[in-house]
Amino acid sequence: MRETHSARVGLGTRIGRLPHVVGLGLLTLLLLAAVSFAFPPFLEVDNVKSLLDDTALLIMLAVGEMFVLLTRSVDLSVAANAALTGMVVALFNAAHPGAGMLPVIVIAIVMGAVLGAFNGILVWKLRIPSIVVTLGTLSAYRGLVYIVSGGAWVNSGQMSPMFLGLVRVPILGVSVLSWIGFLVAVAAFLFLRFSVSGRNLYAAGNNPNAAAYAGIDVGRMQFLAFVLSGAIAGLAGYLWVARFAVAYTDVASGFELQVIAACVIGGVSITGGVGGVVGVVLGGLFLGIIKNALPVVGISPFWQMAVSGLVITVAVVLNAGARRHEGRRILEESEAGA
Amino acid sequence: MTAPILTMTGVTKHFAGVRALVKGELTLYPGEVTALIGENGAGKSTLVKILTGVHHADEGSITLGGEVVRIPSADAANRLGISAIHQEAVVFDDLSVAENIFITERPRRHGMVDWAEMRRQTSKLLAELDPRIDPAMPMRQLSVAQKHLVQIARALSHEARVVIMDEPTAALSHREVAELFTIVHRLKAEGRAILFISHKFDEVFEIADRYAVFRDGAAVGQGLVSDVGRDELITLMVGRSVDQVFPKAVVPIGEELFRVEGLSRGREFADVSFGLRRGEILGVYGLVGAGRSEVMQTIFGLNRADAGTVTLEGRKLVIRSPEDAIDQGLGFVPEDRQISGGILRFSINDNIALPSLSRLAGFGFTRRGEERKLADEYVSQLQIKTSGIAQRLEELSGGNQQKVVIAKWLATHPRVLIMDEPTKGIDVGAKTAVYRLMGEMVAQGLGIIMVTSELPEALGMADRVLVMRRGRVAALFDRVEATAEAIVRAATDA
Repeated sequence: MRETHSARVGLGTRIGRLPHVVGLGLLTLLLLAAVSFAFPPFLEVDNVKSLLDDTALLIMLAVGEMFVLLTRSVDLSVAANAALTGMVVALFNAAHPGAGMLPVIVIAIVMGAVLGAFNGILVWKLRIPSIVVTLGTLSAYRGLVYIVSGGAWVNSGQMSPMFLGLVRVPILGVSVLSWIGFLVAVAAFLFLRFSVSGRNLYAAGNNPNAAAYAGIDVGRMQFLAFVLSGAIAGLAGYLWVARFAVAYTDVASGFELQVIAACVIGGVSITGGVGGVVGVVLGGLFLGIIKNALPVVGISPFWQMAVSGLVITVAVVLNAGARRHEGRRILEESEAGA
Repeated sequence: MTAPILTMTGVTKHFAGVRALVKGELTLYPGEVTALIGENGAGKSTLVKILTGVHHADEGSITLGGEVVRIPSADAANRLGISAIHQEAVVFDDLSVAENIFITERPRRHGMVDWAEMRRQTSKLLAELDPRIDPAMPMRQLSVAQKHLVQIARALSHEARVVIMDEPTAALSHREVAELFTIVHRLKAEGRAILFISHKFDEVFEIADRYAVFRDGAAVGQGLVSDVGRDELITLMVGRSVDQVFPKAVVPIGEELFRVEGLSRGREFADVSFGLRRGEILGVYGLVGAGRSEVMQTIFGLNRADAGTVTLEGRKLVIRSPEDAIDQGLGFVPEDRQISGGILRFSINDNIALPSLSRLAGFGFTRRGEERKLADEYVSQLQIKTSGIAQRLEELSGGNQQKVVIAKWLATHPRVLIMDEPTKGIDVGAKTAVYRLMGEMVAQGLGIIMVTSELPEALGMADRVLVMRRGRVAALFDRVEATAEAIVRAATDA
């Protein structure tokens, strides 16, 4: 009863009270303005398109990761999942170029979901902490990429034109890849806002004890989150391979850290139950802009990694500062002001 | 007489071999309030958890409305019309009031959560309870009393036939309790059965029609409140006379040892002043959430004070961290033994030596031999029941765990020992052992500050009782003038 907990007030769990999201939105705009001031061509159409394509993948994976974070877990295996699924669909496409795109997409999503379900089962049924489970599967899934590919690359020449072309088809001037990222975000938003399972994800992470009293199976919610995260990672795996026109063992290596960073910058609480899609999308855009801007504004390649890390840290610190622990309110209000 | 709505017979529950409930009997009648009375560890919360489907009974049967029922899950309890209002607000702080109420069955349209309908129904439910609560507010912004009301609204939304209230008044002011009782009367008039759990006998006699007393996991008596007196209930609950439970040692009280003057911190507490004399046990009483633990944590350096001074033996202390506090002669036995008090997976040896490591160390290296000697010394001195000092803390009983935590602080040779709820969650026999130990400690010239929420403990053990209310000192009573009524009035009157 008397534990002290930090005041995480209204971080995008409800519409209409979005102070964090508004702040992050302004920060992102400010960053965009600063970059385009230093390097005006940054806002040219081609560059913006490429920026959107890059961030679409990050945003998709971050949305999946958010499901997991909401339930007080973490999924470190998203990037490895994407790499493995991407490799498998690339090999499938190389072997059966005439099979069309439907099987490719179905395989990507189902396989990703199965890999996620494996994480989820271990967390749910064996009660192993998710960080341990996914640290293991991170290596296991990455290792399987070597095994299924024999360490060899699948090049664009082995992929069918459909496989490569689908993500690049422009609709209203924006690529299918960017549209898919957008649709995943919208679907996630609707799911979290209007479905019972989505709401229960928040409840399970916000107070697992209370969730148990309300008849919500916290473990099953964690399982669901891992399956969703995995399915999205699988889809992202195909998109990644198609966009970069190559599948190899190191696809998206280490990308899980950027995914988690996007979530944290976007206001998702690492301790569960707090966060929203809008914040995660902004967090992804924020990171995407930094990554794309550093090379063009003339920062030496030697410095880029350190600078982007520094910016992420600053964003996270600012974010944490907003929810600083302010002690309990015990004194009567009238006195407290005095 | 009307037929009972709910009957529990022979309900038994064991946890890892420890029996929590033995042949629990309970009968609830529609339109009546039954008070469930018992000390900590008497089996009340186990009973509630069985009724709400969180735990499952090993044996026994539950009859609801004439039919034998099984309550395999919290969901099932809701569907059967059993709803609980928990003391430790079991709510979702970052979700809205409306969603907290409808967490198990959110209104839906076309398969999607219908927020407008949820808010509308919430407004309707809250209109009669507390119209000031906005359905869209996050739960975090509500007071404890309002959180209770939201849980009551949840029960009403389920058309609950049985409403369990687990110490609903523990953190409420006088006025809030009166408001709550108005609502309880309304629930009664609507024919619902209410199980009312409380430590406070005044409330039991005010609101309850029937009582059921539990002791050491067993039902020891039930009947009509009108047929029973307060002393009878206390004897039933404790199972022994008050003198045996509180072996208050006669210790000469010396000069002032320790003084806190004008201590304030943010919105937690303001202008707290008190003194502690050599050989004295100062009881600090208040409702849950009155700021007592916050004051103690600040004195001990866990938090920074905004203003105020702390002096020990006439010397002003500068305490920036618990390390400073320990160095300068303070010890702190925290409330939650298993979380802050001891490290469950460490051995008894490691637990006792922990705050003394640097004192025992030589040239920066810890000395295991010295540590073991220290642990052995305290294990025998405090009569800790264990197979040896290498045994892990988690393998001991609650009372022995608490002794280890106390030993750990005694080993630092404190001048002043702060004990936050020193007997919370341990059985009566172990309580008495802890009280004896406290008597021995003050006899050696220590001063003890004992934070307690249990009135009998404050009355039975303290030389003086300091009462806190809403972050301020409300009153200070000498042992002779400290009566239950005076203390409770000081703690609750607004």
